[in-house]
Amino acid sequence: MLNPKQGARRAWRQTLLAWALLAPALLLLTTFTLYPALSTLWQSVMSTPSGQQPTQFVGTRHFAQMLADPVFRQVMRNNLLYALVSIPASIALALLMALLMNARIPGRALARMAYFTPTVLPLVAAANIWLFFYTPGYGLLDQFMHGLGLPGRNWLGEPATALWAVTVVAVWKQAGFFMIFYLAALQNIPQHLIDAARIEGASAWQVFHRVTLPLIGPTTLFILINAVIGAFSLVDALFVLTNGGPDNSSNLLLYYIYQNAFQYWDTGYAAALTVVLIAILGLASWVQFASMGRRTHYQ
Amino acid sequence: MKPATSLLTLSAWALALLWIMPLLFALWAAFHQAADVAHFSLLAPLTLDNFARAWKAAPFARYFLNTFLVVTLILAAQLVVCVLAAYAFARYRFAGRSLLFALVMVQLLVMPNMLIVENYHTMAQLGLINHLLAIGLPYFASAFGIFLLRQIFLSVPHELVDAASIEGAGPLAVLWHVYLPLARPVLVAYGLVSVSYHWNDFLWPLIVTNSPDSRVLTVGLQVFSTADQGVDWPLISTAALMTSAPLLVAFLLFQRHFVQSFMRAGIR
Repeated sequence: MLNPKQGARRAWRQTLLAWALLAPALLLLTTFTLYPALSTLWQSVMSTPSGQQPTQFVGTRHFAQMLADPVFRQVMRNNLLYALVSIPASIALALLMALLMNARIPGRALARMAYFTPTVLPLVAAANIWLFFYTPGYGLLDQFMHGLGLPGRNWLGEPATALWAVTVVAVWKQAGFFMIFYLAALQNIPQHLIDAARIEGASAWQVFHRVTLPLIGPTTLFILINAVIGAFSLVDALFVLTNGGPDNSSNLLLYYIYQNAFQYWDTGYAAALTVVLIAILGLASWVQFASMGRRTHYQ
Repeated sequence: MKPATSLLTLSAWALALLWIMPLLFALWAAFHQAADVAHFSLLAPLTLDNFARAWKAAPFARYFLNTFLVVTLILAAQLVVCVLAAYAFARYRFAGRSLLFALVMVQLLVMPNMLIVENYHTMAQLGLINHLLAIGLPYFASAFGIFLLRQIFLSVPHELVDAASIEGAGPLAVLWHVYLPLARPVLVAYGLVSVSYHWNDFLWPLIVTNSPDSRVLTVGLQVFSTADQGVDWPLISTAALMTSAPLLVAFLLFQRHFVQSFMRAGIR
């Protein structure tokens, strides 16, 4: 219908129109994501300007500094430990909640509300509420310990417990959020598969282990990756509960970046740390993106 | 009831009680005098005193206004920016399409809260430190929103679009009359998730604001509870609840919407 010339003009018009529609998004993304991402890379190999000294190229010095920095090593260890404990705990609790909600029990709606409500709170507010429980002496946790005849402790003030006190708050906050994905996955399992297994004489545990778990596998992967991203960007709770202390025993990567950038004003080192964070989270997001096609195929 | 079912019911309720307990305690503390908070006597008199005290002790009215303005500004900007971009990607074939889409998707890997250092410098250069605009700007273009809306726009039937075009509707008219009505559930879900996310956001607002006039609720709450109050638990619980109240009330009223939106929007 169109002759080639008209076709070319039309294609040109569409390109112009599309670029115009995209212009605001591209301008904003370039200014606040692409440019700062590249600039972070650049800053990570430049020295931090101080006084009269201008910034200069230092190569991999910040990364070498990182390897020799005991605080960095501790922060990474804390973050790994935190991830290794908080992620399985949140996922197991989320699955338990979803299984309980999927059974047709009385009071289901109320219980689901109880599980999900912490998700809606600002983490800062949630942490402030928990602060009250952890107070040494007359905090609720210590009162409970005293009731059992056990000595109280300074949960947030001792290196042995500070990170775990933070972990409890984070798990409490996110388990209900992960639950809703499991609940949706469980409701998508065809009833006839479960009925068939039952007729074959499978026990409840066998049905769970052989039918349910494999079918919700893709959901578990989705939750797992989001939990990894969450575990390495946890920061709000630290401002309220511990400030990373005592002695960095509860310090995590994003908080350490904040400290370097806005308390010690060491922007070069902060940029290098940011590169590490982006590498970890970028890897997690990439796995998620790559697995997305498989996920839809699965369902 | 079968014994298995009652066991399940009991566990579900026990876990629910455990989960909601921190909030119940916060409510308890907020409505009682400091002296009555530690011993849980049901006869202790209720009081609204803590709310009056907290409201007076810090400019919470200002914080509320700021948070309200910021989340509204962000949502409005996101809707315009993301709808236009998603529409371009979903409807048109044009030079540079895959490249631009890949560039947009970079933001799914490198999220704004990782780029706080560089974005702080940008805001300083723009002279926007302590402006509410600075809290919102990095979030206006959301790769996640563009991705989500593009998905739904791609499902719009060609026949509808062609019919509207033949009747002489221009690109924006087609967007308004054909695409947007079909995308309404996704827009609502995205809006709910965006509002809750930015209502709760803390680190970035903390960094780009340092005056009481520009603080949002989360930052105001943190400043309030660390600097001024010592160990006045009723007051801190009250402030924490006030900060969360609008979202909590909205959640209790529209539970189903909230849960579905969070799920539909995947994450954040």
